[in-house]
Amino acid sequence: MKLFTDPISKNNPITVLVLGICSALAVTVKLEPALVMGLAVTIVTACSSFILSLLRNTIPPRIRIIVQLVVVATFVILIDQFLRAFAYDVSKQLSVFVGLIITNCIIMGRIEAFALGNKPWPSFIDGLGNGLGYGMILIIVAFIRELFGSGTLFGYQMIPESWYITNGGFYANNGLMILPPMAMIVVGIIIWIQRSFIRTN
Amino acid sequence: MLRNILNRLRPSFEKGARFGFLHSTFEAFESFAFVPNTTTRSGVHVRDCNDLKRVMTVVIVALMPALFFGCWNIGYQHAHTFGLEMTFWSMWIYGFLRVLPIIIVSYVVGLGIEFTAAQLRGHEVNEGFLVTGMLIPLIMPVDVPLWMVGLATAFAVIIGKEIFGGTGMNIFNPALLARAFIFFSYPSHISGDRVWVAGLQSPSGVEVTTGATPLAEAAAGHIDRLPSMADLFFGFIPGSIGETSTLAVLIGAVILLYTGVASWKIMFSCVAGLLATGFLMNWLAVNPYMSLPPYYHLCMGGFAFGAVFMATDPVTAAQTEIGKWLYGFLIGVLTMLIRVFNEGYPEGMMLAILLMNAFAPLIDHYVVASHIRRRLKRIPANV
Repeated sequence: MKLFTDPISKNNPITVLVLGICSALAVTVKLEPALVMGLAVTIVTACSSFILSLLRNTIPPRIRIIVQLVVVATFVILIDQFLRAFAYDVSKQLSVFVGLIITNCIIMGRIEAFALGNKPWPSFIDGLGNGLGYGMILIIVAFIRELFGSGTLFGYQMIPESWYITNGGFYANNGLMILPPMAMIVVGIIIWIQRSFIRTN
Repeated sequence: MLRNILNRLRPSFEKGARFGFLHSTFEAFESFAFVPNTTTRSGVHVRDCNDLKRVMTVVIVALMPALFFGCWNIGYQHAHTFGLEMTFWSMWIYGFLRVLPIIIVSYVVGLGIEFTAAQLRGHEVNEGFLVTGMLIPLIMPVDVPLWMVGLATAFAVIIGKEIFGGTGMNIFNPALLARAFIFFSYPSHISGDRVWVAGLQSPSGVEVTTGATPLAEAAAGHIDRLPSMADLFFGFIPGSIGETSTLAVLIGAVILLYTGVASWKIMFSCVAGLLATGFLMNWLAVNPYMSLPPYYHLCMGGFAFGAVFMATDPVTAAQTEIGKWLYGFLIGVLTMLIRVFNEGYPEGMMLAILLMNAFAPLIDHYVVASHIRRRLKRIPANV
């Protein structure tokens, strides 16, 4: 159980280990791609951790990176094809970032650090937890960015139309939220809040 | 009288007393009103009547001409655009009433955050925000919504200053950061041709076409529509509140230089950098904007204001003397480059200063390193 909850809070891959930041900045403009991305990474991390943990005693250490990449790449291609078949719009929004899941440090990190030294089932749970921890931060960041940057959530208008300046109100969307620097700042603020909580506990 | 009140209140703000947790707030108000009665007890000291508070006060005084003129210019532009007949003082009061809310919002939000941060950390409240809070309104367009000013101020103070450790530790000039925040967040409220003249945005439906700043006109290629050099110099042009009049800024510059608060090297090299790049462009002159005489650029937009009040900010500028020359010169060069070659950003001063803020520590590092190398050469190798 600890294997599952730790990476979601205390050992979160993004806010504590600071892994996978690049994609966290790139796909969090809207909630929908962020959600899909979080799920995709969760599946890839959990499954590849599981498979590689099964194989761990038969892989010669010298070529282990190649074997890892083959397994990870297989799952990434599966996800990519699946998205193209059933969620083409999202797949187009995510574009190259689905393929780049291969290079996500979280996956390789968990395989190297955990799956190669543990039994399949705990490895699976560990991968699941890390993927969900990653996805959770993605969703929080995307929630903030979409709400304040576009005034919508999952594409539905959240801020009343009559508030906007063009309609005689006072409100305007924050364009900086759409730009990558603000994702960096939002992630930074989340890290700040989380660490100040960890310290007080 | 105030002294007596403060003395009577003092015991209840000491540590452990009823309002002990508000100690730093009390200190701030007391030292704002009077010279603090404590002295530092360790280390070597230079005795000087200038402390941070005096420096800040001088800058505020230097900003007054720009503010005073800015208020009048808002009224003048309003009257000019809408064809109204207004006297000098009614223009001034109209402008002042437009500027005052922006100043109040900037100070209330900024000081509120500063005081809270100081309380939480148990620090003394620093005077650093006094100048920032006055600079922010002066670089805003008059029609900017107040909540945006508040949000930008909060962003600049928290993200730009407090997380680096407060006054004196910040990398970027907080006032410019506030402007940059609005510039990238709400571009339609700080650029374009509708925001610079008071009242143009109100939904009264008045058809007006001339609200563009000279820089925007120039960037759009309408060189012939530029105002005369005298108008540019005295500042009878649309623009941010405090930046239009080069004359008012120059009065401020004289005050700053006479009191020795700002570095003349930075101001001078800013101008030199701008003029050098300007003459180079004149020489190339492939389009009408590039062949504009460079002295126009001195008076257009926020260059003068930025060079005098922003670039010379002692915290974010280069610290070494050679570094200051380089820092200022590059600000001038970059301003010209952004203005002329980047059509998206008609005003380059803000971005140029922010960029050079980021490079100032690097410049300092290499200047110091080269000093060390030069002195090492004087030592014989085998000592």
